[in-house]
Amino acid sequence: MTALAALFVRDLRLAIRVGGGALIGVLFFLIVVTLVPFAIGPDLALLAQVGPAILWLGALLASLLTLDRLLAIDHEDGSLDLILTAPIALEATVAVKAIAHWLTTGLPLVVATPLLGLLLNLEPQATGAVALTLLVGTPALTFLGLVGAAVTVALRRGGLLVAVLVLPLTVPVLIFGVAASNAAIVGPLRFGTPFTILGGVALMSIVVGTFATAAALRHAAD
Amino acid sequence: MRLSGSDLACFRGGRQVFAGLSFTVEAGEALVVLGPNGAGKSSLLRLVAGLTAHSAGTLSLAGGNDELTIAEQAHYLGHLDALKPSLSVTENLAFWSRFLGGSEDCAAALEAVGLAGIARLPAAYLSAGQRRRLSVARLIAIKRPLWLLDEPTTALDATAQAQLAGLMRDHLAGGGLILAAAHGSIGLDAPKELRLGGPR
Repeated sequence: MTALAALFVRDLRLAIRVGGGALIGVLFFLIVVTLVPFAIGPDLALLAQVGPAILWLGALLASLLTLDRLLAIDHEDGSLDLILTAPIALEATVAVKAIAHWLTTGLPLVVATPLLGLLLNLEPQATGAVALTLLVGTPALTFLGLVGAAVTVALRRGGLLVAVLVLPLTVPVLIFGVAASNAAIVGPLRFGTPFTILGGVALMSIVVGTFATAAALRHAAD
Repeated sequence: MRLSGSDLACFRGGRQVFAGLSFTVEAGEALVVLGPNGAGKSSLLRLVAGLTAHSAGTLSLAGGNDELTIAEQAHYLGHLDALKPSLSVTENLAFWSRFLGGSEDCAAALEAVGLAGIARLPAAYLSAGQRRRLSVARLIAIKRPLWLLDEPTTALDATAQAQLAGLMRDHLAGGGLILAAAHGSIGLDAPKELRLGGPR
């Protein structure tokens, strides 16, 4: 347990220190969502209608943007070799890394959502619904993205490949995330129905992502 | 305690690196793997560390902890330093020490490699030799019986090489095992040698 705590603290430190990039994702999120009103024009009704989808797409791209280097750096500097010789299940290591990563990159996206909802003319209640779906959905994005990062860990320029590999897998999360947000805003579906499915998809992604990432890393060391 | 490999073969990238390789290392003994570039010295160390699969043969560590794999009882000191530039010298070492099952107090290990004076410096500012010494400090901070050293003297100056030789002698005197890849002497008196052939 103390080993995993040490890993958790190290990853948090690395993320918030110089070059860690904890805020890169949330800045990207901010700029993408800010650009949308300029592109669509001052049509407030339309903005409110597409708002949840824009927020979700922005969060999706932002969480992928910060993922590609997470494991590649550990591979390049030899840390991955040592991690593999530790008497700890690689799955546990992967899960701790993912949680630390989500806390520094996924959670800020959720926190920033209320502010960005203002730019898209969303009602406070609608913004709250989007933030809640992002809170449940972004861990799924982190764990799914980690699989892509692990598969491309030995490639020098794996970043774009991660996006191409992972984005199709995130479609269910996106569909139910936006569906739950819209259900809370315009109905007619009850919020709980798509939201429960989103929760289920998220839990499944966390489990599958953890094991798939560990399996990919074992092969990457060779 | 005895590390023995018999009839080991290793393929990397579809190419046979070596085959039919057998060796034993007893407790308190050092085995230096010699050979030209590409002969498979590093591959052999990575194979023992469990980082590369062997395609034939057996590898065993008799007299160790049966509940741990060989890799979990070994220190792998490769060409890469596994240091994070934004963490300080102490933070880097303390992390690996805790993660690999040692204690958090690393002052003695830093003292042993002569880095105690710059313990709070970020690792980004270390020279190649200092980075190497910090990696060596890992071997001291966490007790593991088998040391796998891949050209351990690279980038070390004469003083540090003598220091490392002293640490290796202490390790051997305590019943440890060393398997080292090198091109020349690693500072030990008459270690056993294993010669690998040229690239095929």
